[in-house]
Amino acid sequence: MTSSAYTRYEVLRSFRNWRFVVLTLAFPLVLYFVVASGNRHHTFDATAFPLYFMTAMATLGTMAAVISSAAIIAAERSAGWTRQMRITPLKPATYIGAKVLTAYLRALLTIALLCLAGTALGVRLSAREWLIVVGLLLVGLIPFAAGGIALGHVIGADASAPAVGGIVTLFCLLGGVYGFQIANSGAMFQVIKALPSYWLAQAGKTALGGGWPAEGWIVVAAWTAVLVPIAVLVYRRDTSRV
Amino acid sequence: MTSASASHGGIVLSRVSKSYGKVRAVRSVDLVIAPGETVALLGPNGAGKTTTIDMLLGLTRPDSGSVTLFGMSPAQAVAAGVVGGMLQTGSLIEQLSVRELVTMVASLYPHPLGVEEVLQLTGVAELADRQSTRLSGGQAQRVRFAIALVADPDLLLLDEPTSAMDVEARREFWTSMRAVAASGKTVIFATHYLGEADAFADRIVVLAGGEIVADGPATEIKAKVGGRTVRATLPGSDVAQLAELPGVTSADRHGDAVILTCGDSDAALRALLGRFSGARDIEVQGSGLEEAFLALTAGEDDITSEGQDVR
Repeated sequence: MTSSAYTRYEVLRSFRNWRFVVLTLAFPLVLYFVVASGNRHHTFDATAFPLYFMTAMATLGTMAAVISSAAIIAAERSAGWTRQMRITPLKPATYIGAKVLTAYLRALLTIALLCLAGTALGVRLSAREWLIVVGLLLVGLIPFAAGGIALGHVIGADASAPAVGGIVTLFCLLGGVYGFQIANSGAMFQVIKALPSYWLAQAGKTALGGGWPAEGWIVVAAWTAVLVPIAVLVYRRDTSRV
Repeated sequence: MTSASASHGGIVLSRVSKSYGKVRAVRSVDLVIAPGETVALLGPNGAGKTTTIDMLLGLTRPDSGSVTLFGMSPAQAVAAGVVGGMLQTGSLIEQLSVRELVTMVASLYPHPLGVEEVLQLTGVAELADRQSTRLSGGQAQRVRFAIALVADPDLLLLDEPTSAMDVEARREFWTSMRAVAASGKTVIFATHYLGEADAFADRIVVLAGGEIVADGPATEIKAKVGGRTVRATLPGSDVAQLAELPGVTSADRHGDAVILTCGDSDAALRALLGRFSGARDIEVQGSGLEEAFLALTAGEDDITSEGQDVR
């Protein structure tokens, strides 16, 4: 059984939906250009603003790119397509694999465009620094990719867009993407550090000289261990008419 | 695959029940379908047709009883790729052409039919490069049939496959269905058109209120549910005698009026006029399906009201 054709058409299909792709990519990119070009020569937290804001937008943009799987899945469910696929031998791993792949391709495109935009505004990083930032962003996105799939199978098509927007906004706030942390110490900070959003933001901030300690790996691994089975479970149970 | 499956005795539903809250959608249904049979599930809306098909496809789990397809559970049969299904609701996904969509689905099956072959067979070859969301209702329905068929399944389950089609599309659809059924597949389709059930099924299973109320060869069921009613004024007649007239399946009287439910109303009329010359005010009516279901389920009122009791 070759599922490669299935995966190929899933990817093809998601990128032919150019309105969706353009809007997903355009939001962080336009925001970056508008804000960073105006503050091109400023510094923030002792960092050149274009570099700082590039990492922030990379966190926000990639998070939105992968969580937006929820909107796509919710639409497919309401069209009855998910049920149609459920009566084929499509394996959950192939289904989820294809969804994760398309989500990551959107995220990679977002990163690539932001890196180009950053370079245009004078951001200079070494090859090694680029690799670390991009690599850690991709790791940090795993829980969000799983969460997006799980969300898509429990939410209605009409509620999916505001839900995705709200979740991204909330997690960016909790991750400190907007330039401040809600808390820098105490119990609240411990909670923030136990969320995957903090470490996705930290992944971006490695470009600013931030670290990614073992704690980051542990938190991401734990959320992955929780959310991937949930995504598989809700997909398996989702056979009802919507 | 077909020969191996045949040795496992086809499709078996054994005392299958399913409720949604207080609604008992399917009640203790027993049904055995042999490999190669074409069976129509005939019934009005709410009869339990879709619930039955969803249970056969593993989309709905019965509350009690068991469902086996060729000796496998529905989930196993679906995973093995021996089942193709066309659901009642559902549209096609965006951004793929008809050919791409069928190719994508074909790739999921172990032994699919050729994509071009299926496009030809289902009459959508000329639409192959069209976006799958830019089709008429009937065209989309045929593409959905192509998606079910490309699996080359041993069992094809179709839930009201012609519901979005006009008369012409319906005719074309059944023409291609005939070719499929002739290839030895087991076909189960739900419909509320007696004409469709009669024309395309070997066997008709009539569902009403979640129960099987009739099951038999298409001709037999047609005589039962698709017959005509002869009404006449005939004072002092014997109902038992009337019921034995040729072409009459049952007789009933209300005062001076007699109502003959007929499989063959022509034969019944001739015999009626021959033997009961006093019959007058004769009316012949085609009995509607709803009426036929009522006739079939009549006398089961006790069971019905008991069944609606909330546990």
